Amino acid sequence: MSFVLRHPSEIAWRTAEHVELVLIALVIACAIALPLGIYVARHRRLGDLLLGGLNVIYTIPSLALLALLVPLFGIGTTTALIALVAYALMILVRNVVAGIHGVPFALVDAARGLGMSSRQTLWRVEIPQALPVMLGGARLATITLIALATLASWVNAGGLGTLVLYGLQHDDPARALVGSAIAALLAIFSDTFLRALERRITVR
Amino acid sequence: MKQHDTSAGAPVRLRDVAVRYPGADRDAVAGVDLDIPGGALVVLLGPSGCGKSTLLRTVNRLVVPYRGTIEVDGHDVTASDPQALRRGIGYVIQAVGLFPHLTVAQNVAIVPQLLSWTPEAIAARVDELLDLVRLEPARYRNRLPRDLSGGEQQRVGVARALAARPRVLLMDEPFGAVDAIVRTSLQDETLRLHRALGTTILFVTHDVDEALRLADRIVVMKDGRIEQDGTPLHVLAKPATTYVETLLDAKDAVRRLSLLCARDAMRNAARPVDGAPQVAASETLRAALSRLLEGADAVAVVDEGRVIGSLSFAEIRAALVANER
Repeated sequence: MSFVLRHPSEIAWRTAEHVELVLIALVIACAIALPLGIYVARHRRLGDLLLGGLNVIYTIPSLALLALLVPLFGIGTTTALIALVAYALMILVRNVVAGIHGVPFALVDAARGLGMSSRQTLWRVEIPQALPVMLGGARLATITLIALATLASWVNAGGLGTLVLYGLQHDDPARALVGSAIAALLAIFSDTFLRALERRITVR
Repeated sequence: MKQHDTSAGAPVRLRDVAVRYPGADRDAVAGVDLDIPGGALVVLLGPSGCGKSTLLRTVNRLVVPYRGTIEVDGHDVTASDPQALRRGIGYVIQAVGLFPHLTVAQNVAIVPQLLSWTPEAIAARVDELLDLVRLEPARYRNRLPRDLSGGEQQRVGVARALAARPRVLLMDEPFGAVDAIVRTSLQDETLRLHRALGTTILFVTHDVDEALRLADRIVVMKDGRIEQDGTPLHVLAKPATTYVETLLDAKDAVRRLSLLCARDAMRNAARPVDGAPQVAASETLRAALSRLLEGADAVAVVDEGRVIGSLSFAEIRAALVANER
């Protein structure tokens, strides 16, 4: 407790850094994942190949991935963001594909039969129908990134991990505990919020 | 009925149409010729896998044949832009295919919207269509499909298909998923709409009774080919093959009676039929027979409250025999 009372501004600053890392990575990942997911959903063969590639990245342990990226991009926020985006992509793309493939054939058939082009079918029928599943992916990606972003401190990219790392290295368990607790709270809060949003937009 | 709703149906002409799906070892549709005059209600009948749905879907180019030509209103469908073609052809499917995230009004408005009608024209048309399928606009306009019964959903599906006043309407097993009572009332609605609008309707079903009830003309299909093509009565009375005979249970005299009209079989009001049970002139001989069996020698045929003739077992039999010739 006393740590919190003595360093409120540092805690606030690190939390803000953490949220910023996660949000930037999410925005970039979503911007890539939506078109990529649509492409994968529509081109089965090449799509499976792409998905396989993303899966390989996903299976690399996170610390190892950071270590691999440092020689290429140096120490700092860029490296941390690349790692976070890479992890989020797998989750997001997989859910975009699952969402689109999950749209009942009757709806796509009706859309085409009524004279929608394939672009109109995508935006007016497939994406609205896939939205709950895609949002589910975004939720999973968000909580994964909140956890992963604590590792950003290893490449000097700030965030709540800094508190944890410093706490562990300088025998200051309170500091480490506060860092982890806030990350956990952030994850729980995001999960609850996004779940509620998912429920709101699901219309079947 | 308003004037613009009476645009006559367009003719549909198929010549040697053949379709094969990728990976299949035989044709789903194997060289079909079909001439459908404008305004007809033609039912494609057959078991699942006989190619009837595939054939239907060639008309709006959801399926592209590898051989043959299809003309709607004299225009080759393969020569036209598929989206423009489909916006001009109504399409109703079994699963209804209403978009769950859109309201009733938004669903019905899809095609007018694709055709860039003005919002005012669309709103007016939506209300008009909901009236047409007997769903009170004020009550149904803003509801979501999930809040409707199966029958109501399919009414919206029909309204949506008719939105841009198509001259051809394709219906692919549209009432397969609703219960028998609702199905009968939807069939009645279909007949009423067909009479009111004069739209050419191609209707796919595997339900023999539905086919007999609706069709001007029945096209019986098997293995991608037409087995027989004729009026319901003709197909029942003179099945071309044993397949047709078995499928339609054509020997069933009662079934045939349900296609014959009391007015056409009755004897003119020569003898008095006081106190006899009555049937309307537009009712079927099946209804007349059932009243006879309840215990009467003759039934009176009534038109607009006036007795115009009578029917006994003799006339009913004579009608059946005449039908066999």
